[in-house]
Amino acid sequence: MTIKRSSWSIPYLIFLLIFVVLPLVLIAIYAFQDGEGGFTFANIARFFTDADSLSTFALSLEVAIENTAICLLLGYPAAYILASKDLNRSAVTVILFILPMWINALMRTLATAELFNVFGVTLGKGTLLFGMAYDYLPFMIYPIYNTLNKMDKSYSEAAEDLGATPGQVFRKVTLPLSMPGVTSGIMMVFMPTVSTFAISEFLTNNKIKLFGTIIQENINSSMWNYGAALALIMLVIIGITTLFNDEDEAGKAEGGLI
Amino acid sequence: MTQNDVIIRLENVSKAFGDKQVLDNISLDIKKGEFVTLLGPSGCGKTTTLRLISGFTTPDSGTVYMDGKDISGIPPYKRPLNTVFQRYALFPHLDVYDNIAFGLKLAKVPEKEIEQRVRKVLKMVSMTDYEDRDVESLSGGQQQRVAIARALVNQPKVLLLDEPLSALDHKMRQDMQIELKEMHQKLGITFIYVTHDQEEALTLSDTIVVMNEGRIQQIGTPADIYNEPVNSFVADFIGESNILNGTMIEDRKVNFIGHDFECVDEGFGTNNPVDVVIRPEDIYIMNNTTSAQFTGKVTSCIFKGVHYEMLVDTDSGYELMIQDYNAFEPGSEVGMIIKPMDIQVMRKERLCNTVEGVMTDESHVKFMDGEFECGAKAGLEAGDEVTVQFGFDAVELWDHQEEGQIAGEVYSILYKGDHYHLTILTESRGFLYVDTQDIWDKGDLVGVTVKASEIKICRRNDN
Repeated sequence: MTIKRSSWSIPYLIFLLIFVVLPLVLIAIYAFQDGEGGFTFANIARFFTDADSLSTFALSLEVAIENTAICLLLGYPAAYILASKDLNRSAVTVILFILPMWINALMRTLATAELFNVFGVTLGKGTLLFGMAYDYLPFMIYPIYNTLNKMDKSYSEAAEDLGATPGQVFRKVTLPLSMPGVTSGIMMVFMPTVSTFAISEFLTNNKIKLFGTIIQENINSSMWNYGAALALIMLVIIGITTLFNDEDEAGKAEGGLI
Repeated sequence: MTQNDVIIRLENVSKAFGDKQVLDNISLDIKKGEFVTLLGPSGCGKTTTLRLISGFTTPDSGTVYMDGKDISGIPPYKRPLNTVFQRYALFPHLDVYDNIAFGLKLAKVPEKEIEQRVRKVLKMVSMTDYEDRDVESLSGGQQQRVAIARALVNQPKVLLLDEPLSALDHKMRQDMQIELKEMHQKLGITFIYVTHDQEEALTLSDTIVVMNEGRIQQIGTPADIYNEPVNSFVADFIGESNILNGTMIEDRKVNFIGHDFECVDEGFGTNNPVDVVIRPEDIYIMNNTTSAQFTGKVTSCIFKGVHYEMLVDTDSGYELMIQDYNAFEPGSEVGMIIKPMDIQVMRKERLCNTVEGVMTDESHVKFMDGEFECGAKAGLEAGDEVTVQFGFDAVELWDHQEEGQIAGEVYSILYKGDHYHLTILTESRGFLYVDTQDIWDKGDLVGVTVKASEIKICRRNDN
């Protein structure tokens, strides 16, 4: 008996249903339920009326944007140097940059907290951003490095041939062409930082609460419905920023050339 | 030719990448308005030569001049020349108009003028109305036109083209060849064109520069190169040819394939070994065997469109390729005539292998990183620096590299009518030349041994 090729995808479909679609549906159901299982908008309304939740959310966004900006500023030059055949001839340096990804983020964060402790650094926003940048930098470097590395060298040669100085080559050709890498780097750093809670817990001793932290606290203290509502709100907002970001980047890629 | 006519001059230019010598002391003058083609197999150094002119590579030694000025230290963006790249390298984030305007915008040309010049150049490459198109939505031929337009709009003094047609299909390539030729005539600027396609070179060029192994083999007009190749490499590379070993008996008389022929060449001395080239269309073939210069038997006959291509075994045991409008059936006895005009005699590049080596004891010599037995040589002892010579047929090749004293690979193959003349690139990056009856393929890995009795040795300082 022959199996149709399309049926090969069935296991993946089942996986997706159980581990992606079903949890999302459950989140949505819980978010619109009160404690007795009746339908309600109260959970959602509670978030938008609670000043604490709103300011935590604003802080989360702020920290995520700052972290993304730090990672981009540190990551792009690093990726550029790693991808340049003149500046870096060894694959080992690339691996060294990616190496932290091999170690569990929680362990790295704990170790960082311990280091701060040893050196007597006061925990606060500075340490939080340091820890986040340390954790997420490889996720920024890798996609940018990948795009730069795969970029046909003849583009920059063609630009130089047409009279562009090395600076102009970078601004008018290399940078716009590396935008897909930058976009996915931003996505890979921004989205997890909005919902992170472990880093703030360990590196600020819970002094700074992020959005992820209050979701976790609610779920931990069995307030499933409000927790689910918060999670849903976060998902929707991240979803919206993704769309916004995509268009923004596409616009930049074209606009940067005039 | 006066000094002023020369726009690009390469003087004793050499370039190596690692231990590979890509260009070996090249000198070349390119005249204003000329269509020059650098032609050769891959790895011959033609693209490196182009990159030296465009400035993306700097020579290890020697000088590149443009308009009489040394431009070796000038970066590419300051050189008044433009390149059409092999894979076009159109910027995928820009539309057709912005791609073409790229250079003009950098040069701060006023917007109005940019628009006029872009439209004009688009018209020239027959791409009017394509301004707003995304370059990735264009076909290969259209991308090619945009790439040419993008280079030409800057009004360069010299246009460099790096195998620009290699990605196009055959028919499109022929159309583009004609258009390029017309553009060159209309613009009157210098075109420097790189290709490995000999047909393309013959069609397009005013001057062809044939290159091989980092050296210029011959410079001449297409007709010169085709009709009077200077060595067997050029003869083999340009067009089809029968390349044969011959002996120049005296002026205007040459012996090959076991017969004496009248020819028009002089000045090769008497009884000197030479290479003889006969184009397959220059051998007259007929059923009449009595009035022929020599006879043979047809072994194969293939229809090639305009003509038939036949292989003929001659009475003296050589195989010749012959092209004729008439078909001669395989197995038939035929007679052949070659006119004196059609025999091209060339000096042999070398008569035997000559390498430098060191004696390891009185009966062994070391060269090309291998140790060879050479029979006892009187008066030589270990450590003596010597010149080693041996004939092409003294070299034996083996299937496995371990079977030889040294290892190498088959670099090129030349069929000489009754045997193959191979060039072997050894692991020490030297060349050995071998005559063999066996069939090898280019790139085969071989072990090399040399018959001890055939090795001639003399002390290097002897004369």
